[in-house]
Amino acid sequence: MNKLRGKVWRFGNDVDTDLIIPARYLNTSDPKELAQHCLEDADPTFAGKVGQGDIIVAGKNFGCGSSREHAPIAIKAAGVSCVIAASFARIFYRNALNIGLPILESAEASNNIAEGDQVEVDLDTGKITNLTKNESYQATAFPQFMQELINTGGLIEYVKKRIGK
Amino acid sequence: MGMTITEKILAAHAGKTTVVPGELINAKLDLVLGNDITAPVAIKEFEKIGVDRVFDQAKIALIPDHFTPNKDIKSAEQAKILREFAHKYGIVNYFEVGQMGIEHCLLPEKGLVLPGDLVIGADSHTCTYGALGAFATGIGSTDMAAGMALGEAWFKAPESIKFIYYGKLPKWVGGKDLILFTIGKIGVDGALYRAMEFTGESIAALSMDGRFTMANMAIEAGAKNGIFHVDEKTLEYVKPRAKRNFNVYVSDPDAHYAQVYEWDVSQLEPQVAFPHLPENVKPLSECGNVSIDQAIIGSCTNGRIEDLREAAAVLKGKKVNPNVRLIIIPGTQEIWRQAMREGLFEIFIDAGAAVSTPTCGPCLGGHMGILAKGERAVATTNRNFVGRMGHPESEVYLASPAVAAASAVAGKIAGPEEVGVK
Repeated sequence: MNKLRGKVWRFGNDVDTDLIIPARYLNTSDPKELAQHCLEDADPTFAGKVGQGDIIVAGKNFGCGSSREHAPIAIKAAGVSCVIAASFARIFYRNALNIGLPILESAEASNNIAEGDQVEVDLDTGKITNLTKNESYQATAFPQFMQELINTGGLIEYVKKRIGK
Repeated sequence: MGMTITEKILAAHAGKTTVVPGELINAKLDLVLGNDITAPVAIKEFEKIGVDRVFDQAKIALIPDHFTPNKDIKSAEQAKILREFAHKYGIVNYFEVGQMGIEHCLLPEKGLVLPGDLVIGADSHTCTYGALGAFATGIGSTDMAAGMALGEAWFKAPESIKFIYYGKLPKWVGGKDLILFTIGKIGVDGALYRAMEFTGESIAALSMDGRFTMANMAIEAGAKNGIFHVDEKTLEYVKPRAKRNFNVYVSDPDAHYAQVYEWDVSQLEPQVAFPHLPENVKPLSECGNVSIDQAIIGSCTNGRIEDLREAAAVLKGKKVNPNVRLIIIPGTQEIWRQAMREGLFEIFIDAGAAVSTPTCGPCLGGHMGILAKGERAVATTNRNFVGRMGHPESEVYLASPAVAAASAVAGKIAGPEEVGVK
């Protein structure tokens, strides 16, 4: 079973990549350094309080703006196990899949999960269980190709397989 | 059923006769782009793949434009990774400081993107090249790495939305106002995952520079790409620059669109996007009294020669307000030289503006014009997110070069007429 469990941190609509990792920190690509500034301009205390395995739940259009892969890298390196949102901006969506940061799209989950809720996510089925509220929600399933990409271990592993490395 | 221009380009590059929206395809790439922020991450991933060469040394462009000329030691280290990779793998289209320009101004100018091309770039504003009738989209560093190794990328064919603009645009209203108006109408996710196809008589009358500005900001509506049809203006731009053949694709009359918007823009006012989203758009007459500390004219959105001419037309014989810093950044060396020859720099310097070498610089809060706490800027750039140009409590207002120049003179958000320019 491919399950994650964690405490929820809530964010709103249109969380842009400048909020996730401001460009003033993009003179490095070191994941640990990026993690220290994760979501800093949305909540300056976030990087200090987020725990290993915690889950971000946000509104619509999460990760809009820049193509900086530093954004999902910062979130992943901060210890966040998964991001749930009503919808994702397309480059962020691709980047998250490519680097192996699990993301789930569910407007219902986004509407009903509150900050501090304990949530369990089944990555195989897309079922999201709110343990605090005793509710469950279903995320949109990934197209088969993307599921294969995830199962292979991300894009680089997929490319290696394709060229026979 | 017919296909859109976007579907036709994707199909051609996937070796298929048709594609339908939602279909997943593997497509061949004509160009893979990266810069000093995104390419270092891509290079690290590329090296994990374990190949000893890139798919095509002439089909990769590496441009150190964001934090260059190097703003600090860490940025210098990032740029060095780019330079060393370019040398090691024989990348033809690496542009060093001195030849470098803002990537999305530079690549079309060098003829490296042509109509019908399929381009991916590790920069969200790669969609700019849609102005040439190409399919161009932003991707992240890992996709760039895979693209450099394979010369292919996977795509989900997007649905298209058609935007039709009617009427003759009023004076001082151009591409920036059209795209801000459009984003204001549909919102920052109004075209999420979709292609934006721009058309209509107002578009036919728009210059190439105006079209680049519009395509550039398709991403600000969440779009996968923005695209224009090739016409005489496109060919006039492309032909002297092209060093290879290209293909012109046209949407079929019976192509399917998820949505169609039609607007009469003959009465459109200059548009301004208020903090902190590009969708917070107001016509100039409703902006009220917004004092500013800085104005920026430049970027991949509005750093082209026509933008500088527009700014100069407003600034000629005027002085920048003593409370404002006006920073003007030509997009490329060629644009810089052209502006110099036309005497635009005289006008800028007489007005009290600073002129910089090409760089993305302040647009993303990198360098060359960072805002302090509580400061406000009017900028011809593309994003006004929290902290985008500096302190998280600073503010950015997006506008055209004409409005940015007039605002610099007025010391507050203003149009050319308000500072006495007819």
